[in-house]
Amino acid sequence: MDLNFTAEENAFREEVRAFVRAKLPEGIRQKVMSSQHLSKDEHVLWQRTLHEKGWGGVGWPKEFGGPGWTPSQLYIFEEECAAWGAPRLISFGLKMIAPVLMAFGSPAQQQRYLPRIMAAEEWWCQGYSEPGSGSDLASLKTRAVRDGSHYIVNGQKTWNTLGQYADWIFCLVRTDPEAKPQRGISFLLIDMKTPGITVRPIITLDGAHEVNEIWFEDVKVPVENLVGEENKGWTYAKFLLGHERTNIAGIGIAKREMTRLKRVAGAAGKLDDPLFAARVAQVEIDLMALEITNLRVLSAEGSKKGPGPEASILKIKGTEIQQSIAELLMQASGMASFQIADTANRLGANYCNQRKLSIFGGSNEIQKNIIAQMILGL
Amino acid sequence: MDFDFNEEQRALEDTVRRFVAKDYGFDTRNAIRATPAGWSRNVWSALADLGVLALNIDEEHGGLGYGPQETGLVMNAFGAGLLVEPYLSGAVIAPALIRRAASADFQAEWLPKIAAGDAIVISLDGKRLTLTNGKLSGTLRAVPHGAAADLWLVAKDDALYSATPQFNDYPLLDGQHAADLVFDNTPAKKVGAGETATAFDIAHGIGLAALCAEAVGIMDATVAATTEYLKTRQQFGQPIGRFQALQHRMADMLLHLEQARSMSWLAAMRCTDTNVAERQRVLSAAKVVIGNACRFIAQNAVQLHGGMGMTDELIVSHWFKRLTAIEMSFGDTDSHLQRFAKLSRAA
Repeated sequence: MDLNFTAEENAFREEVRAFVRAKLPEGIRQKVMSSQHLSKDEHVLWQRTLHEKGWGGVGWPKEFGGPGWTPSQLYIFEEECAAWGAPRLISFGLKMIAPVLMAFGSPAQQQRYLPRIMAAEEWWCQGYSEPGSGSDLASLKTRAVRDGSHYIVNGQKTWNTLGQYADWIFCLVRTDPEAKPQRGISFLLIDMKTPGITVRPIITLDGAHEVNEIWFEDVKVPVENLVGEENKGWTYAKFLLGHERTNIAGIGIAKREMTRLKRVAGAAGKLDDPLFAARVAQVEIDLMALEITNLRVLSAEGSKKGPGPEASILKIKGTEIQQSIAELLMQASGMASFQIADTANRLGANYCNQRKLSIFGGSNEIQKNIIAQMILGL
Repeated sequence: MDFDFNEEQRALEDTVRRFVAKDYGFDTRNAIRATPAGWSRNVWSALADLGVLALNIDEEHGGLGYGPQETGLVMNAFGAGLLVEPYLSGAVIAPALIRRAASADFQAEWLPKIAAGDAIVISLDGKRLTLTNGKLSGTLRAVPHGAAADLWLVAKDDALYSATPQFNDYPLLDGQHAADLVFDNTPAKKVGAGETATAFDIAHGIGLAALCAEAVGIMDATVAATTEYLKTRQQFGQPIGRFQALQHRMADMLLHLEQARSMSWLAAMRCTDTNVAERQRVLSAAKVVIGNACRFIAQNAVQLHGGMGMTDELIVSHWFKRLTAIEMSFGDTDSHLQRFAKLSRAA
């Protein structure tokens, strides 16, 4: 057993660190460090900066133009980016649809879509949840009916993150209403400019427009936009959710926010309060433990043993820790942090917004079901 | 990075697990517990034959020259079997202290005896004792296995002494024995000097890491047994493990267990770190995570076993008591949380 990174991995860390510090615009960094939402242009700028370096396909194998990093390198990259305040990667393209296309897409689809994701020429969003289908995703009702060389799509999607920026949406649609729920779902790629699509903002707790609901009314989608086989979409959807969870622990971001918490709380004199200091210490300790747990999962992934249901452990603990840090950051600043106009720090708004973490990506209750059933066999 | 144990380590773990399964069953342990001493010299000899008493002693002194990782694997296995012999005090902490703080002559005399199972040495923190004209005075309460020693060592004022106290031995709820040790103008013989405080802190840290590993071994067994119980116990016409409230409780127990396992490994890797602050910070963090896990898993294992969890008949109630004692040992969760907070602020 050896908990140290290799010399090569440490050299790679230095390379990433130097790059991020040299290339990340200070304005973007300041916004990330103070929990502000970024504009589309700012996200795109950072993705293009990575792409110019040859790091556009983060997490992608070399055959698709990615840097072909090991799980350890990927972890180091995300940690260094988060530490310096780089934007989160635009995951819907890079980490969600791209791996699905690599695994199940046609060569034509791979050539058409992947390079533009890497170069941030096209923005993707996710069409999974519906008003009646959240945790019970397989009950989704959005219909796609084959009509010659097209599918005609009707229905409604919701909790669609940053869809207002999107050029494309990947959607789960029902193609066989007679089959068992999981067997009648297909995976479609839909151009957001297609007539019949309406995007409406949903304003959430922090007052921001981050998510949307999307209506589809007789939307014509060419059949070549079907991924894989008709009615096999559930398999691809589950594959995607598995991928989405690989960096779910968010260790890098949590470490950065923990540093911020200690600075904010120290400046406010709150660390002289032994009760508050103990609460901070408890979260810092939980984070230290989760970092090791995360590296264990990563190590198993590197040796091709996983990732399996243990990703659920990372999701639950990671989101709990991030939420606790956000809560303590707000409390360290008191009511001053709760003013709507506090654009400098957004500690109150950030606390509110972070409540989403234990809900999205499979709620933490669903993760506990997975642990009970898949790990414990109950 | 590598989280696997090597073949040699796996072989050691297998040997100890087989010993516990074959020669240290629940009934055997209960019989040992019923004796006046509360532990068994025969078992101690068997442990010597297995080689595990030589684990923390260098080859030069008749030992195997292993370290905290291997000790952790052994403690995992002893945890599940709830070993009541003074392994942690006698075969982990004492040799770790002696090799760092005792004179060469003392090491040459005592380490081979410890490795062979011919002597048990218990080490004591002399902070609460007074030393005047070469004589120790004062009382140390509830010293784990305080009466099991052939020789007592006291770390005091940056030197190491041997001394023989009066003692009052008693059994604890968790099946272990402890003793109040009374020094009353007791002659103390200096057996080492210089860097003793540091040596004691490291030896104590090695012991803490080993205790964490013991806890993980017990919690592994407790979570497995409770999961099994939920699959077999029927109520309302189905196994109670089908109920979501209980499934989520079990998931929470598993979260605690895996976080505890991570910190137990980290503690084993860092307990000999020469950077004092970093060593203490990691060990305190480990004790907090493991302490919280001990309490949560122990309480909920009994809860999910229902009335059966309250009975002396089931081993789960004995795991509960040992886990409860571990949380209070080597500094409780609150004290380590506070130490971590201080060290973390200074860092």
